[in-house]
Amino acid sequence: MCLGVPGRILEIDGSNAVVDFWGVRRRVSLDVVDEPVAAGDHVLVHVGFAIRRIAPEDLAETLAFFEAMTAEDLEGLRK
Amino acid sequence: MTDDRVELAHGAGGRAMRALIESVFLAGVTDPEARAMGDGAAIPLGDKWLVLTTDAHVVAPIFFPGGDIGRLSVSGVVNDLAMMGACDVLALTSSVIVEEGFPLEALARVQRSMQLACEEAHTRIVTGDTKVMRRGELDGLVLSTSGVGLTDRVVRDSGLEPGDAIVVTGTLGDHGLAVLSARNALGLEGDLRSDVAPLNGLVRGALAAGGAAIHAMKDPTRGGVTSALTEMAEKAGVSILLDESALPMSAPGRAAAELLGIDPLAVANEGKALLGVHPSALASVLAALHAHPLGRLAACIGRVTEGEKGSVLLDTGFGTRRLFERDGDPLPRIC
Amino acid sequence: MNAKLEFRDVSRGRALQARLDRAMARANRDVTVMHVCGSHEQAIARYGLRARFPANLHVKMGPGCPVCVTDAPEIDACVALAERGLRILTYGDMVRVPGRAKSLEDARAAGARVEVIYAATQAAELAAATNEPVIFFATGFETTAVPTAAVLLRDPPLNLFVLSAHKWVPAAMEVVASSPDSRIEGYLAAGHAATITGCGIFEPFVEKHRRPVVVAGFEPLDILSGLVVLVEQILEGKAEVANAFPRCVTREGNRRALDALFRVFEMGDGEWRGIARVPLGDLRLRPEFAAHDATVRFAAELAAAPAVEPRADAAECRCGAIMTGQLQPTDCRHFGKGCRPDAPIGACMVSTEGACRIWYEHGSPS
Repeated sequence: MCLGVPGRILEIDGSNAVVDFWGVRRRVSLDVVDEPVAAGDHVLVHVGFAIRRIAPEDLAETLAFFEAMTAEDLEGLRK
Repeated sequence: MTDDRVELAHGAGGRAMRALIESVFLAGVTDPEARAMGDGAAIPLGDKWLVLTTDAHVVAPIFFPGGDIGRLSVSGVVNDLAMMGACDVLALTSSVIVEEGFPLEALARVQRSMQLACEEAHTRIVTGDTKVMRRGELDGLVLSTSGVGLTDRVVRDSGLEPGDAIVVTGTLGDHGLAVLSARNALGLEGDLRSDVAPLNGLVRGALAAGGAAIHAMKDPTRGGVTSALTEMAEKAGVSILLDESALPMSAPGRAAAELLGIDPLAVANEGKALLGVHPSALASVLAALHAHPLGRLAACIGRVTEGEKGSVLLDTGFGTRRLFERDGDPLPRIC
Repeated sequence: MNAKLEFRDVSRGRALQARLDRAMARANRDVTVMHVCGSHEQAIARYGLRARFPANLHVKMGPGCPVCVTDAPEIDACVALAERGLRILTYGDMVRVPGRAKSLEDARAAGARVEVIYAATQAAELAAATNEPVIFFATGFETTAVPTAAVLLRDPPLNLFVLSAHKWVPAAMEVVASSPDSRIEGYLAAGHAATITGCGIFEPFVEKHRRPVVVAGFEPLDILSGLVVLVEQILEGKAEVANAFPRCVTREGNRRALDALFRVFEMGDGEWRGIARVPLGDLRLRPEFAAHDATVRFAAELAAAPAVEPRADAAECRCGAIMTGQLQPTDCRHFGKGCRPDAPIGACMVSTEGACRIWYEHGSPS
């Protein structure tokens, strides 16, 4: 029930959107997403509702967080 | 599950089904051919083997993306024969049990689909039977198909040996995921299609390339790869270690599995084979598979080891876990 | 997909495992933490992470499975309505969960109409297509309560009635942390629920209990990095809220979603199955939505429901102790024997997010 899946908005029709999940598409409600979204944006989807826009800078922040946490040990593992 | 009635799980291809067969259908049966519980039976005939198999098919919906019950019934029987080495399929029989009120147009579509699948498999349906049941006594349509083939060497699903490579002939889970999303009206759109196809041509090529180095074969239908490999490992008294990063998946299959929370190893394939191959012949068998249109994405996905008998393990890269057969069909976790 | 694959990068996973190993080796003592989300356990099992946790790090499973904490009388109420011939819609995992005597599946086998839906919007669509009353048995935490609220705020059909068993996760953490025998030194909080509530919601909890809370996502790197941050805080004697899921979670959360949630629901004390009475743990429909509240519309039918005779083995179910981290599934004598996914005694063996079901299907780590 807590299966949240990220997808990319293909088109918006009022308060609904067609969201692409790596090649599979599904209609999703935009009723509770809390910032403006547009085609091309990534959103986190739960039981048919987008609950969050995933901004590219937030994605970058997560990746940078992994980078920072693993840099030292990655070096160690390569040795 | 109650112990005194047949339940849906008894038909789902896993432990419950094998328990039902052993406790009811094999009770008092001593014939080793029947007790082998293979995909078919092999009967000596001169210097060859006559391979015989039968399969009943029910599917909802009857028409699904990538196929229908007709294509499924022909492919199912042809593949069971091919898995035992009988790639030349002499003939099929077809029994049709249909519910009163079933549209004739749909029945004709199913029949055409069976014909096309026969042409692909270079075989034919030579006899059949039809029964009609009263409305409500049956859900639409049941097909029961049998087939015979000849082979010089019988391949069993029990022949795995430690050191063998486990090869799969293409992407995993497509049939189960396509039918699941069609059945549950999940509103998924995309190119998610069943892989249902007769495999005798593909397997003929692999056997020509690998010969006796192909120790075992099985098609991962109901219960998926997990169920098929567990049964193979149990029968051979070996363990199997799979490498998750090597598992071939179609892009829509991978997406649907993620989206629905379904384990692609636990759902049915209807156009794939698992092969246990001695490492000496691995390269030539893979080359033969890759040369066939149905085997372009064939891959070595694991190894047979001498670990705990009957166990199938998956190395995720992060850790290793044991795969367990599920009882019953998986439900989408999307809920 | 590409980004998703980066969150499954094996070499980075190994690096995080090495960092966790190093921290726990330095600690040279046992550390017990708890995650509060069934999807965390799912991912831990799915990627085989548990077998590689350092031996002195104990990761307990908390009350994080919404299906499992739905109280048996709540299911009994729905079964009673189903047995009156009313049409029931619910999420798939709920169908097999036993109430005190029966599950919705049992009712369906005896002829009741129980249908599975996959999105809250389906409830409104199915109701709009008929004139008869349609009851949506709505369960789950914040992540599913918000969609239920959104449906009720968008002019739902008059024949749609919601039987709410929605629950509010932060309330349950309070109960677990307040339990006197709690040896839990830190918590891994559910990233998707926190996407809605915001991680700021855990600040009073951290202040009160002096235990760190780290919000983590559900990819293997999310979980491992969340554990590293949590363990490092514990070993340094810190107790802070940390956000290890910044691509979805903010401090404030999703204001629009929270607004919808609290326009439709209010908190009330409620029984969480096998755990305790959780103060402010239930989400009930506000009086303004009485016209869609199944407990109002069918009050007479619910009051007239026959008394339920509990099944004998229910008393031996250990789900409550498992969901509060006191026991592991393998500690229960029914696990995998009398209690299996196809013949469950407790809710934890039914839900795909239940600890027992996950351990049964993925193998218990030894």
